[in-house]
Amino acid sequence: MALNDYGDLNEIQLDALREIGNIGSGNAATALSSMLERAVNIAVPKIRVLDYNSVCEQLGGPEKLLVGILFSMSGDVTGMMMFLLHKEFAHMVLNSLVGSEFDGYSELDEMDKSTIQEVGNIMAGSYVNAMAAMTGLTIDISVPTMNVDMAGALLSVPAIYYANISDRIILIEDEFDHDREGASSHILLIPEVDGLMKIMDSLGLGS
Amino acid sequence: MSKTIVVGISDFNVAVDGDVLVTYALGSCVGICLYDPVKKIAGLSHIMLPTISDFSDSRQKAQIGKYADTAIEELMQKMLNLGALKIRIRAKIAGGAQMFAPANNTNLAAIGERNVIAVKKELARLKVPIVAEDTGKDYGRTVYLGSDDGLMKIKSINKGEWVY
Repeated sequence: MALNDYGDLNEIQLDALREIGNIGSGNAATALSSMLERAVNIAVPKIRVLDYNSVCEQLGGPEKLLVGILFSMSGDVTGMMMFLLHKEFAHMVLNSLVGSEFDGYSELDEMDKSTIQEVGNIMAGSYVNAMAAMTGLTIDISVPTMNVDMAGALLSVPAIYYANISDRIILIEDEFDHDREGASSHILLIPEVDGLMKIMDSLGLGS
Repeated sequence: MSKTIVVGISDFNVAVDGDVLVTYALGSCVGICLYDPVKKIAGLSHIMLPTISDFSDSRQKAQIGKYADTAIEELMQKMLNLGALKIRIRAKIAGGAQMFAPANNTNLAAIGERNVIAVKKELARLKVPIVAEDTGKDYGRTVYLGSDDGLMKIKSINKGEWVY
């Protein structure tokens, strides 16, 4: 079976993506924990293949304020990866690392921006490493770029870029928890279809 | 009481009798507001991509609301069917932002700008003048269009609200 669309993925293939997400999330939580120098708990991540409108709804509606950190993937798997952090998550990170507040509505200074980007970078690296380790493929990520804006506006970028490939994307939802502050983050994984096929082939699930 | 009609991504709709059209969180997409001030007929389209001919997939072809070169004409036709007169229709456009710095992803840099160019080209082809424009920059916009006054209200998260 040739894959044309993420919607063509069968249950076994989706399970494989879930497993990649599980391991990636675990790695990311470990990385986050060592950065923040405290225990970070993580709930079992939820992984879904959704269309863009549903992703918006899952994230709290199109006007929900989020921090978006965008990476492009290159190497054996090309595509995009986007971290969407809730206000509480960004606040937790900034407060722990540089002691600043994040209310989302005032401009972040350069220090805050680079802190958030670096955390995103390390977490994205954790995911990519999980994917690479499971599949034996080489995957590189670009330097991150970020913006703080409405969910729908942030999502329009991958939506437009991949509109000719698929209306659906893979959404991984992580709930991190430390000191009883629930803070969630979402990861959008948007491999191009041939990259996705390479992932499936390397796991022996190609056809 | 006037109603609020939500226009989703890759969608378009019309409003009369004082109803208000809204489309949420335009990023690099473009919102096109059309208005006939005499009949007070408003139309709003939320396009994602410049041209339909870029893609050959038949599943994509079904979505005329997705592309600048198919959606605007269809929206205008819907307004004409309600009694709008083409010569009176004026356009206001918003969106087409560059949400992320291009970094090493040059293809990504121009998507908002390409959408804006395509929208302007299509409006010129349809001979609809653009009377207001709020495009580009790096922030998301929610767009409201009232059918009673034809005003386009922009709402952003970091920069407040304003009206054209």
